Amino acid sequence: MIALLMRDLRLAMRAGGGFGLGLAFFLIVVTLVPFGVGPETGLLARIAPGILWLGALLACLLSLDRILALDWEDGSLDLLATSPLPLEGIVTMKALAHWITTGLPLVIASPLFAVLMSLPGAGYAPLVLSLLLGTPALSVIGTFGAALTVGIKRGGLLLSLLVLPLYVPTLIFGAEMARRGAEGADTTTPMLMLAGISAGVIALLPFASAAVLRVNLR
Amino acid sequence: MELEVSELSVARGGIPVLEGLNFRLAAGHALILRGPNGIGKTTVLRTIAGLQPPLAGRISLDRETMTYAAHADGLKATLTVEENLSFWAAVFGTGGIDAALDGFALRDLRARPAGALSAGQKRRLGLARLLVTGRPVWVLDEPTVSLDVEAVAMFVRAVRAHLAGGGMALMATHIDLGLDEAAVLDVGPFRARAAQEDHFDEVFL
Repeated sequence: MIALLMRDLRLAMRAGGGFGLGLAFFLIVVTLVPFGVGPETGLLARIAPGILWLGALLACLLSLDRILALDWEDGSLDLLATSPLPLEGIVTMKALAHWITTGLPLVIASPLFAVLMSLPGAGYAPLVLSLLLGTPALSVIGTFGAALTVGIKRGGLLLSLLVLPLYVPTLIFGAEMARRGAEGADTTTPMLMLAGISAGVIALLPFASAAVLRVNLR
Repeated sequence: MELEVSELSVARGGIPVLEGLNFRLAAGHALILRGPNGIGKTTVLRTIAGLQPPLAGRISLDRETMTYAAHADGLKATLTVEENLSFWAAVFGTGGIDAALDGFALRDLRARPAGALSAGQKRRLGLARLLVTGRPVWVLDEPTVSLDVEAVAMFVRAVRAHLAGGGMALMATHIDLGLDEAAVLDVGPFRARAAQEDHFDEVFL
C-alpha cells in the first residue's frame, strides 16, 4: 500500500500530474477577491475566513475526478482490484495521496494567502488548524464521489453535484472555526465538530467507497 | 491447486451471454478459450478474476493465487518501464524484476517512460507484469494483441516456463500461438438461450 501511495505521489509530481493545480487555483481565487469586492481592509478582514475556506474547498474539488478516473482509463484499477491489496486500503491510499498533493499544500500556503485577505493576526493559527483538520475530510469524501462516478465519461459535473452537498458540514464548521479565531472568540466547539466529521468520514467512508467501486467495476 | 468451473453462467450488462460452462484446469496446464467477438470470453475471464459475480454456477479458485491481465495494460505513461514493474512487484510483495525484464527483452528499455513505448513494447511490458506477480494462475485476455511474431514467441516461452514451474494459464485468444500442449475450449455452443433467441442487438445497432 505504501508502494501505491509512493506511485501516486510520483505520478502527481511528473509532468501533467496535477500537483500544484489546486494551489494555483486557490491563489487565483484569493487574489481576485480583493479586485471583486474592493480593497477595503475591514470588509476583507471580515470575509477572509469564509473566502479562504471556500477557495480551499473549490481547489480540492478541481482535482477530484483525477483520483480514480485515470486508473480506470488505463486499466490499472482492474489490476489493482485483483491484486493482494484490499479495495478499502486502495481507496484510503488514493485519498491520502490526494490530500498530500492538494490539501497539505493548501494548509501550508494558507497563512501567505491570508495576508492577501488582510486576516487579523489572531486568526492565523485557527485558520491553519481548521484547514489541517478539515481538508482530510474533503479528500475522503471526494474519493467516495470519485468511486461513485468512476467509469462515467466526463463525470466531473456529476461528481461535483454529488460531492458539494456532502462538503457543506465541513465548510460550515471549518469557516466558523476560522471566523471565531479571527474575532478572538473561543474556537473549541467548531474545532471539535470539525475533528469529529473528519474522524468519522475517515473511519467509515473507505468502506462505502470500496463497495461502490466493486459495483462500478463489474 | 486447480481451477474448476461448473455450470457457470455469466452476464454482461444484465444480459446472460454464456451458460452451462464447465471446465477444469490442473497445475501445469493451459486452456485457451475461443469463440467469435462478443460471445462473452472477456466476461468469463472477468468473472473468474472476481471482478464481477457469476449469474449461476460455481468457480473454485483461490483468488490469492491468481493474476489477471486485461486488454489494457495498466501502465502509467510518465513512469519508466522499471518503475512500472517495480510498483507491481511491490504490490504483490515479490522481489526482483530482472527475470521479467529479461523474459520480455525490456532491459534496454528500462529507463524509458512507458508513454514513449510502441504498442507492442507496451504489451510486452504488460505481460512482463505477470512474471513479477509470482502468482501461479494466469488469467489472460487477448495477451498477444499488437505483438509481432518474435514477441509472441517470447510470450509462448514465458507461458511454457510458467507451466513447467507448476503454474496454470487460462487465456482468450484468436491467433494460433503454437502452444500445442494447451487444451482449447470453443465457447460458441455455450451461448445463453436468451441471447440466441433475442436478436435485438443485431437489429437495432
